[in-house]
Amino acid sequence: MDMMGPMVKTILSTALDVLPILLFIFLFQLFVIRQPIHDLRRLFAGIVFTILGLGLFLVGLEQALFPLGRLMAQQLTHPEFLMSGAEALDFHWTNYKWVYVFAFCIGFATTIAEPALLAVAMKANETSGGAIHVWGLRVAVAIGAAVGVSLGCFRIIAGLPLQAFILVGYIVVVVQTIWAPRLIIPLAYDSGGVTTSTVTVPLVAALGLGLAETVPGRSPLLDGFGLVAFTCLFPIISVLAYAQLSALRERFAGRHKTEAENGAESNSKEVI
Amino acid sequence: MTKILRTVWRHVARSARDLTPIVLVIAFFQYFILQQPLDNALGLVSGAILVLIGLTLFVYGLELALFPIGESLAHALARKGSVFWLLTFSFLLGFGTTVAEPALTAVANEAAKVAAAAGAIADTDQARSRYVLGLRITVALSVGTALLIGVLRILLGWSLPLLIISGYVMVIAMTAVAPPEIVGIAYDSGGVTTSTVTVPLVAALGVGMASSLRDRNPMTDGFGLIAFASLTPMVFVMAYGSIVKWI
Repeated sequence: MDMMGPMVKTILSTALDVLPILLFIFLFQLFVIRQPIHDLRRLFAGIVFTILGLGLFLVGLEQALFPLGRLMAQQLTHPEFLMSGAEALDFHWTNYKWVYVFAFCIGFATTIAEPALLAVAMKANETSGGAIHVWGLRVAVAIGAAVGVSLGCFRIIAGLPLQAFILVGYIVVVVQTIWAPRLIIPLAYDSGGVTTSTVTVPLVAALGLGLAETVPGRSPLLDGFGLVAFTCLFPIISVLAYAQLSALRERFAGRHKTEAENGAESNSKEVI
Repeated sequence: MTKILRTVWRHVARSARDLTPIVLVIAFFQYFILQQPLDNALGLVSGAILVLIGLTLFVYGLELALFPIGESLAHALARKGSVFWLLTFSFLLGFGTTVAEPALTAVANEAAKVAAAAGAIADTDQARSRYVLGLRITVALSVGTALLIGVLRILLGWSLPLLIISGYVMVIAMTAVAPPEIVGIAYDSGGVTTSTVTVPLVAALGVGMASSLRDRNPMTDGFGLIAFASLTPMVFVMAYGSIVKWI
């Protein structure tokens, strides 16, 4: 069983990451709040599930998906694959079309699988009383992340300044904020940070480094970064856009309804 | 018994749905674009099963422990009414969960290489490890500060967009003065600080607090903590890069 070694190791290291947080919380509960914890057994079981689950999740990813994903990032960015033998050293950003497709797909897929995003989507669903669908929010975030990763790849390949893209992104977010439904704004801002976690960062970082290493004139140290930042920024835009689209559609639909219906529904309508 | 089985099945099915896209993407590129067969198919299948079980257990644990802990703490702290302890707790939670974050350590190591290559620090092991430690503490301080500001915002009812936009302005301003080689890493550091365990805790903390305070809406006031936690590291890391370089 060559699998048992890394499995035990990963679960132990996950436990080591989580335990200080838990210890801190329990000490706080004990000395500052000075109240007994309800249902300690349930809580303990939950913590064991969390650690075990995250550990197994990471072992599985490390065994099955990460090596393949990293290899793919390398192969797709390799000059031999891009040139397919024939053409000379004509490096143009359009030669990398499969890189963009891969970046888009992997950005989308890893975001859907991201446990942190699932957690926030569950919380948002519960808090909004079901108005925000878990799946709808995740797809909106994943589309943003997908656009972010592929645009980030384009930036590395074309050698454009990172700051310019981020600045434009910020401006778009600010403009959207002015018109977006108020209810969704905090959640949209949060969705940027939760996209980049356990699943997305390793694969996206590998893609960025692979590109920076193989594209002529790029240095992995200086140009390999920035993809995570893109993956963080674009979900904010896509979630805001999705909420705006839903609000717009609702307004159009509302015109065809009788006024009584309209007044009753506009408050409780689904946001996403 | 059938009820338990059905619940377990529902959880597993949901996890399977979450993982389908990633499997499809990798399979598609492997077969059709790169046109290579999969060696070690057994390892892949067993790995995928582990991921499936892992995600299912994690979600279950989330509902059983992380959400209730975050929320009950938020309620208890709000009921206690001590702003001092609330802020102390938020700061320490942010600092503590970030300083030991493995993803951060990895990014900090990369940053040290870049700084050494750019000549901002001496290219020795000692100089690099000092730089890494400094960077980790900087980012941890920034996340602590972020949660502190975020909780203060919930308490006082400040406008989130206004705060976030001033954060953006600070990021842009720092970009103009920071040494160019730190900028990429600084931007990326915003994303790596929010880990899979921290996010549910922080989300539950925010929502729990907003729902236990009068005239606060859990939806518009409870969220936003994570947004701060992914914004302040950018500013702090660029400040750190500037200080190390210019002093």
